[in-house]
Amino acid sequence: MIFVQAIAWILDGGHWVGRAGAGNPAILQRLGETLGISVISVAIAVVIAVPLGVLIGHTGRGRLVAILASNVARALPTLGLLSILLLLIGINAVPIAIVLVLLGIPPMLAGAYAGVEAVNRDTIDAARAVGMTEWQIVVRVELPLAASLLVGGFRATVLQVIATTTVASAFAFGGFGIYLINGLAQNDFVQMLAGAILVTVLCLLIDGALAVVQRLVAPRAFPAARRIRLRRRRAAGHSGPRPSRGRGPSRKVCSHEEDLQRRDRGHRRDGGDRPDARRVRQLEEPERRRIGWR
Amino acid sequence: MIEFRSVSKTYQDGTAAVEDFSLEIPARRITVLVGSSGSGKTTVMRMINRMVDPTSGTVEIDGVDVATREPVQLRRGIGYIMQNSGLLPHRSVLDNITTVPRLTGVSKADARRRAFELMEVVGLERSLADRYPSQLSGGQQQRVGVARGLAVDPNILLMDEPFSAVDPIVRDELQQEVLRIQAELAKTIVFVSHDIDEAFLLGDQVVVLERGGHIVQQGTPTEILANPATDFVATFIGAERGKRRLVVSDSTPAIGDDRVLVDGGGYPVGIIAAPGGRLEAGNPNPKSRSVSNKTDQAGDA
Ligand SMILES: Nc1ncnc2c1ncn2[C@@H]1O[C@H](COP(=O)(O)OP(=O)(O)OP(=O)(O)O)[C@@H](O)[C@H]1O
Ligand SMILES: [Mg+2]
Repeated sequence: MIFVQAIAWILDGGHWVGRAGAGNPAILQRLGETLGISVISVAIAVVIAVPLGVLIGHTGRGRLVAILASNVARALPTLGLLSILLLLIGINAVPIAIVLVLLGIPPMLAGAYAGVEAVNRDTIDAARAVGMTEWQIVVRVELPLAASLLVGGFRATVLQVIATTTVASAFAFGGFGIYLINGLAQNDFVQMLAGAILVTVLCLLIDGALAVVQRLVAPRAFPAARRIRLRRRRAAGHSGPRPSRGRGPSRKVCSHEEDLQRRDRGHRRDGGDRPDARRVRQLEEPERRRIGWR
Repeated sequence: MIEFRSVSKTYQDGTAAVEDFSLEIPARRITVLVGSSGSGKTTVMRMINRMVDPTSGTVEIDGVDVATREPVQLRRGIGYIMQNSGLLPHRSVLDNITTVPRLTGVSKADARRRAFELMEVVGLERSLADRYPSQLSGGQQQRVGVARGLAVDPNILLMDEPFSAVDPIVRDELQQEVLRIQAELAKTIVFVSHDIDEAFLLGDQVVVLERGGHIVQQGTPTEILANPATDFVATFIGAERGKRRLVVSDSTPAIGDDRVLVDGGGYPVGIIAAPGGRLEAGNPNPKSRSVSNKTDQAGDA
């Protein structure tokens, strides 16, 4: 069976070490390549997207432009763009990183501005009214309360980037995608399947780890509250499915636009003036429940 | 003293929330702004701490135009208490109360000590200090809100319908708490309410507003009750109906010179104690909660 063969291929210790070439897949080296370019690309995407997203979420301005730009970035044909950049810049890691950054920005951006926007307007209004500066509001109120959605966006970005590195393998770049390319060329389907499994497992491991992080940052705001809620739920004999926690953003990132546009109508910022919080809260409640925010 | 001079506010969407509003708010008294929903009470109040900037006119605190003050500094010196407490959900009760003092550079130890004092002042048990707002009842949350408002020992307290979301019994308690605190601390309190009973209970001065922030009547509760300026005020305070319209009963036999009173619904509500009647006559002057033993001090906000 090919699946078993692929697993055996992966478990073969000799396939992990050494330099790539002459029949040695050098899984560790490929893992390093994949992670290396992913870390750099994700880091750049985060540095660009988080401040921008927080700014958009905080001011309520520029959301449309951001959505538009994100859609354009998502719609770009990865392979085509990569080819053009490789021709323009040369065959090295730079064009690959550029493409990965472009693809990594939208989910991070969406997570950041959705997270900040989802913070209760009354809370922010009160923070301002007692004399917090805008910067203090961002750092001490909005970011902690948006943490879960931020990590959600980060999760989506990481997965997007790692998945896309396989495409880059078509162009003189290593990474796990090389097994798909070589396997196809050599009719070596075991190697191909092994490559696919490796990428998938890597993604699942990282996603799982980030899911844990996401859970940790969210309830920190209400640690005991969460316990009490659970207790109440149990006391009430609630055995139905719990509202899902922490899955929202990474799943839903691609269709955040509707939510945001919906929220748009109830959202008003007039300098320090009173936002129409009651209406926003109504709109946000189901949204917040959906993302398991509290 | 807080003074509004022909203040108007038109929001960006063209809503004229407040038009040509002028009012003096005396220091160390409770002034209640009362009126129906959308009459501009909140807008008026938020112009004091620059959460709203007037489109025209000026707001002065002790003769200083607030427009010349830096908003953040101004707000740190003014207590603000709102309907849904506005506490930070990710911070404990204690951290919520110490938030502003910590921002202004008070040491952590001092801020905590003061916070515990304030929790006592507003009637919160110390054991609640480490709880999160979501673990408190609505009434407890409002008490924390009041404690936070008092944390920087401000001269001015702004309270925007602080008790309208709690049940009537807790509301009574909190109102009495405000009166008690006020008797002790004598702040300049601007209190927004849509409940005329609350306004009459708390207000040294009551200002009745109509849509657009137009003042229909202003005065002490007694003045307004005795002489409603317009039909609107009369209706608003319920002068014609129910419990405010009391009639001396002639069907019930008089007890000596005392007279039984019945309300608009025909139910007995009390007795007029006549001099020489069976019940001793009380003070014939209506009571006001004004801290009248404290003299108006200029420069007290
Ligand atoms: N930020 C804003 N932008 C536009 N219009 C606003 C804004 N805030 C308030 N308004 C409008 O201004 C008017 C007065 O509002 P305000 O909140 O001052 O009334 P209020 O007397 O406090 O009402 P309530 O008792 O419901 O709190 C209303 O018509 C309201 O819709
Ligand atoms: Mg209001």
